[in-house]
Order: sequence, then structure tokens, then C-alpha cells
Amino acid sequence: MTSHLGETPISESGYLQVRDLRVSFDGFIAIDGVDLTVFSGDLRFLIGPNGAGKTTLVDAITGLSKGTGTADFNGKDLIGVKAHKIAQLGVGRTFQTATVFEQLSVLQNLDIAAGKHRKNRALLTWRSGIPDSVAAAAETVGLTDVLDKPAGILPHGQKQWLEIAMLLVQDSKLMFLDEPVAGMSAEEREETGQLLKRIGSERVIVVIEHDMDFVRTFADSVTVMHAGKVLSEGSVEQIQADPRVQEVYLGRTAAAAEADSVAAAGSVAVATDGEA
Amino acid sequence: MSSPTSPFDKFMTPAVRNAYPFVGWVICAVVLLLVFPNILGAVYISQFAQYCCLATVAVGIGMAWGRGGMLVLGQGLFFGLGAYMMAMHIQLADVPKGTAPAYLQNVGVFDDSTLPAFWDPFRVRATTILLIIVIPAVLAYAIGVAVFKRKVKGAFFAILSQALLYAFVTYINANQLQIGGVTGLTGLQHFFGLDLGSSDDQKLLYYIAAIVLLVSIALMIWLYRSRFGELLVAVRDAEERVRFLGYDPANIKLIAFVVSAMLAAFAGALYAPINQHIGTGDFSVTASIMMIIGVAVGGRTTLFGPPVGAIAIAYLQYKLSSEFPTFWQYFIGLLFIIVLAVLPGGIVDLPKLLKKAKYLVDDLLAKRKPATPAEVTS
Repeated sequence: MTSHLGETPISESGYLQVRDLRVSFDGFIAIDGVDLTVFSGDLRFLIGPNGAGKTTLVDAITGLSKGTGTADFNGKDLIGVKAHKIAQLGVGRTFQTATVFEQLSVLQNLDIAAGKHRKNRALLTWRSGIPDSVAAAAETVGLTDVLDKPAGILPHGQKQWLEIAMLLVQDSKLMFLDEPVAGMSAEEREETGQLLKRIGSERVIVVIEHDMDFVRTFADSVTVMHAGKVLSEGSVEQIQADPRVQEVYLGRTAAAAEADSVAAAGSVAVATDGEA
Repeated sequence: MSSPTSPFDKFMTPAVRNAYPFVGWVICAVVLLLVFPNILGAVYISQFAQYCCLATVAVGIGMAWGRGGMLVLGQGLFFGLGAYMMAMHIQLADVPKGTAPAYLQNVGVFDDSTLPAFWDPFRVRATTILLIIVIPAVLAYAIGVAVFKRKVKGAFFAILSQALLYAFVTYINANQLQIGGVTGLTGLQHFFGLDLGSSDDQKLLYYIAAIVLLVSIALMIWLYRSRFGELLVAVRDAEERVRFLGYDPANIKLIAFVVSAMLAAFAGALYAPINQHIGTGDFSVTASIMMIIGVAVGGRTTLFGPPVGAIAIAYLQYKLSSEFPTFWQYFIGLLFIIVLAVLPGGIVDLPKLLKKAKYLVDDLLAKRKPATPAEVTS
């Protein structure tokens, strides 16, 4: 499959180029030959029905699941590399359920994320003051006032932001965000979207998202997955006009089959997949 | 949803949080070095010296289990290794060269020609100390690499650590002529120039054991406050998340496990001369579980809970076993179950439980009140 952006990555900007990625679990093929090319500055959204393989794709690229094929990130193949080594190469991810260290303070959470930029022996020292990268990331996501609070007592939205701030402290150049705005209020979504736009100019960012309003507002480009394959790729308008995408989203309910507007495709997707 | 905060949090201003480990440590030092030696008689002092050794093991368990989430059910393995290595050295040093150590004399062998070769390194004091440091560390490292790198966790790790201890105990029990068998190594007389039979020297050993315990607690104050300590808790609570931040969680767990094993070995090496005897009963599967119970009762995630809990349980065990020699274990088992059921964080959870109980009582009273005739008519 050819990306709408072309085959050859431009060497000056950051890129991720996935070729023929396959993942299977005991014979069940979860990812069936996926090609994907994303450049920095192109905020990419990954959408598709439940079970399409979106999270599995991210798992394979970040070293959580075993896969075959290649995932070239700025000239280095990530497939077969251990998860923590992949992270050291500048790849960061969040999880579907906000995973922060609940017993530790926001400051401690962020400080741990800064660890790969420190020497190992720094582990045996105490922290004095707030590291600059931590202060900057906390400022960016608006968590400066709660640095001393245990992360476990933060509201859901702030936990999601803490995760994003951890990626910023980590200084990941390739970020995978798994449903970053799930459970957020409208204002929080707006702020998160603006934040992703801001930080996305110099990073490769891939966002898995079910909220079609959010996708429409903030996506630079969209990749639609279905049954372990890339079904369609392009701008929001392009994929919404794609009859195959409409079939995947609309063909599943009788009521939806009657809907003919492209806009309806989005809202049905929310209604059927929003609970995931 | 349970809150991750403790009831002490409202008192935990940053100043208090910074000061309390040091204040707590000073209190422990005063109690161990000034109070106990003056109120405890000659019999109790060597008993409490043993408790200090068990408390040192507990400090290590607190780190591995409480902070690191590794249920070290077989910590007696390292305790036993340290104890046996020290006891072997003492038995060799107690007799002139060429004469069999006491365990062989007990079975009628009087020259050391049948002594196994693995006893030889323990003739020299320096080698003995070196091996007490190195062997448990290397063994724990090997177990840790085999287990944590393969991402084995939870019950599998607990069972494995207990099985290794059981194998060690079985080996010793089955080898009377090599290592003393079920009888153990008895009648230890001297420890680096100290006469173990003298009550003055036993008191000195108490001080050594107390200082080792205090140093191990100080080590934890440092480690828990360090970035390593924060990372260890992070690994316990969300191992995968740590992995995606660029750390190998196995290495973090490995360090905690090796340190806890070394603490257990030091404690064992002191326990043998204080007790003047070491046998497999001192660190059997049951004894190791007792160590875990002490840590659980004291509060496994806290700094002072594990050593305080270990000393309390050891003392309780002594009292109960002399009062009720046949069924004292049921009491301790019951205590363990009660703690696990209502105070999963140990006795430090008691204020939280009382608060909950108070709410329940208040709630009941509030419900009952409107029903009283006085309230209705007025």
C-alpha cells in the first residue's frame, strides 16, 4: 500500500516507516502486513473498529508484542529490539488506561521519566529541587500546582496529561498515544488537542482515537485500520469520502445503513466504539 | 476505590516528611543502645540480640517485598548461608589444626582427615568474611537474573524462593558427616576473640547486632529517598510503564533482591555466634514465613514497620511458645490472617481502620436517632 505522502522518507525530518508488519497470536493473525509512514509535523490519527489491531500495532512497534517486518524510526529498525531499548531510542507511548505511578507524587512520576537522560549512578542520589525538564513539562500541561500531590488522587484528565508530560520529559521523538482524551471534558479535549498540535511540529506523533469529533478537529492525516490491515489513509475528508471506510463503520448496523451523510459516519463510530 | 494516601498524610508536610526518618532512626538508636541494655537482664540481652538479627532480615524483606513487590518467602536461604559459613569458621577456629570440629567429634570422629574440602576456605577469618559477603550476593544475583529477566513474578517467584530454601535445608539435614545434619553446628565457643559463654561478651554482641540493624535501617532511609527507591516503587506498581520509560525493571528488582539477600546473610552470620548454635530449624520454611509475618504485621511498605514487627513477632513467639508449647503457632497464624484481612498495610493502617469504624458507628447512630420518640415529638 502506498502512503499518500509517498514512499521515500525525507532524511531531515523525523519519520517512522513501517513495512509489512505482521503479528500473530497462536495462529490468530492480529496484524496482517501493515505499511505505515508518518513524518514529524504530521499529526497522525489511527482509527478503526474494535479489534482492528490499532493497539496491537503500537504494541509491536514499541516492543510489547513480537512481530515481523520492519519499523524504521529515523534509520533504526525497532522490530525485535527490547521494549526498554526502544524507549531509550526516543520512542514513548501511553496506555489505554492512564498508567501513572499512583503512590508516587507528580514530581516523582516526571522525574522517573527523565531518568534515561541521567547516568545510572544518579539513581543512588537524592533529588534536590525540581529538574528543569520536569518543571517545563509540568508547566506545559498545567500540573505545576500539583507537583507534590500523589498521582493516584489526580482526576482522570490530569492523569492523562501527566502521561503526556512524562513523554515530554522523556523527550520522545516518536510518541504513541492510546486514546488520550477518553473520559475528558470538552474543554480538556480542546486543550489536549492544542497541546498535541504544539508539540507535534518536531515529533512523530500517532494517536489512537475513537472520538471522531476530536479526530476531525485535530488530525492532519488519518489511517483507518480494519481486521489487521490498513483500510484507508489520507486527510479527514479523504477517508470520510472513502466508500470502504463507510462500509466498515456503517455496514454493521441496520439503522446506520440508512444514513447517507458522511458526517453520520463519524457519530456512529462514536456510538459503537465509544465504550472501548 | 481505595485512596492511595495514608491517614498520616495530613501531618506529612514536606518538613515532617523530610525529618521523620531521621527522628525515627534516633528513637530506634536510643531504644536499642540505651534503653534495652539497661532494662534487659543477661538472659534477655542475647535473646534480643537474636531479635536484632531477625529484624535486619526483616529490613531487607521490607525492601524486596514492601517496596519491590517480590514476595521473598525463602529469605532463610541467605540467612542460613551466612549463619553456616560463620559457624563453620567458628568450629574450625575453636579447635587446633588437625583436630576435627565439634560436629564431627559429636559423632566420634576426632581427626579432620574426613572433613570435606568445602570447609577449607573457612579456616581463614578474612576469607570467611569475604565469602559471607560474596556467596549470597552471587547466588541472589543468579536467581534474580534467571527469574526477573524472564519476567517471572508473583506467586511463581514466591514458590521458587521457598523451594530453593527447602532444597538447602534438605541438603544440610541429609549430610550429617559433611555439615552437621539435623543436629546443626553446636557448641560455638569463640567469635573473633570474644568468649561466647561470657555474659559481658554476649552483651557486646548485642551491641554489634543492634548497630548492624541501625546501619541497615539507615541504608534504607538513604535508598528509599534516592531515585532508586522511587523507581523501585514504580516498578512494583506499574512494571510495564517503567519499561517504556527506558529502564529494564529486572535490573531494579535485581538490586533490591541482592541487597536484601546480603542483609539476611550478615544477620545470619551474627545470629550463629549469638545463639552459639545453628541448625536448619533456625531458618526453615516455617521460620522464613515467621519473618514474613513480622514484616506484614509491622507494615511492609514502611521504613520502621518491618524491623519493629519482626522484633514484636519474635518476642510474641517466645512468650507464646513457653505458655502454650503445643499450639502457639495457631495464635501467630491467626494474627497473620487478621492482619491480612483488616490491616493489609500492617499496624500502621490501624488509625485508618479506627476512622472507618468510627464512621460506621456514627452512621448507625445517625440512622437510629430520628427513630427515637423524643426526636419525633420535639
